[in-house]
Amino acid sequence: MKPAIVLFPGSNREGDAARALELTTGRAPAIVWHADHELPPGTDLVVLPGGFSYGDYLRCGAIAARAPMMDAVRKHAASGGLVLGICNGFQILVESGLLPGVLMRNAGLRFICRMQHLRVERNDTVFTRGYRQHQTIKVAIAHGEGNYEADDETITRLEGDGRVAFRYSDPDGNVTDLSNPNGSTHSIAGIYSEKFNVLGLMPHPENLIDPLIGGVDGLPMFQSLAGFSRAA
Amino acid sequence: MKARVTVTLKTGVLDPQGKAIEGALRSLDVEGVASVRQGKVFDIELDTTDREKAGKSLAAACEKLLANTVIENYRVEIL
Repeated sequence: MKPAIVLFPGSNREGDAARALELTTGRAPAIVWHADHELPPGTDLVVLPGGFSYGDYLRCGAIAARAPMMDAVRKHAASGGLVLGICNGFQILVESGLLPGVLMRNAGLRFICRMQHLRVERNDTVFTRGYRQHQTIKVAIAHGEGNYEADDETITRLEGDGRVAFRYSDPDGNVTDLSNPNGSTHSIAGIYSEKFNVLGLMPHPENLIDPLIGGVDGLPMFQSLAGFSRAA
Repeated sequence: MKARVTVTLKTGVLDPQGKAIEGALRSLDVEGVASVRQGKVFDIELDTTDREKAGKSLAAACEKLLANTVIENYRVEIL
């Protein structure tokens, strides 16, 4: 597994993502600059980290999605390479067209920073093999624009194809309006691309990898990814 | 040549900011406000005098960056 993290001006979770990847893959990920045009040769996984790229100007992720490196990320995804967008990275993925829909302002208009339960919708993808089917996990959320919206047709297609990766839930895994922190359609917290090689999610699994700081429920995602190599 | 691009949310897209402003206007006793939708305005200066060329550039600007056409409409005015 050869990971790379794209650094945009205003990214701030790249260190957390790097730490999670280094812990699980045994190697430090390449940090690549958004204005460069190519990923390091042999890159298996590209991570778009959390933060506030370009200060969230215009729309969250909008300017970062047009960075030169994103053409390389698009090419990487088209050839089956893995892409993981976390929080602002998810916003960048929808703005770049790699995932459908948009992330709107939270329904309650507040920035939400707290722990949140999620239900793992399926455990047969390269991102979630380390979880049990419908496992409830507890991770951090920290966003002002995480309210996932798409037209009815897109939502139907996502649901029909099993492309919802995670839903906001209560501690018992029940998905209700009360357990939905931001108004997301169908409590969607993360979605996959058509070929399941691109995952975007608002929560921060990279921050839950050490019992010292609140839990290890994010670790299985990075362990799942660590086992991937393109040759396999 | 100057132009103004207005980006607005499509009908049916929930606009919590507009709703909050609407509520604030009501609490300020501003009368007659039925609803508020918030949008964005871009004032753009172009270094051409060719209106057709300008129109093409502005449409490209909107499609590529200024509007997210999943949820937003745009209107271009060349002033």
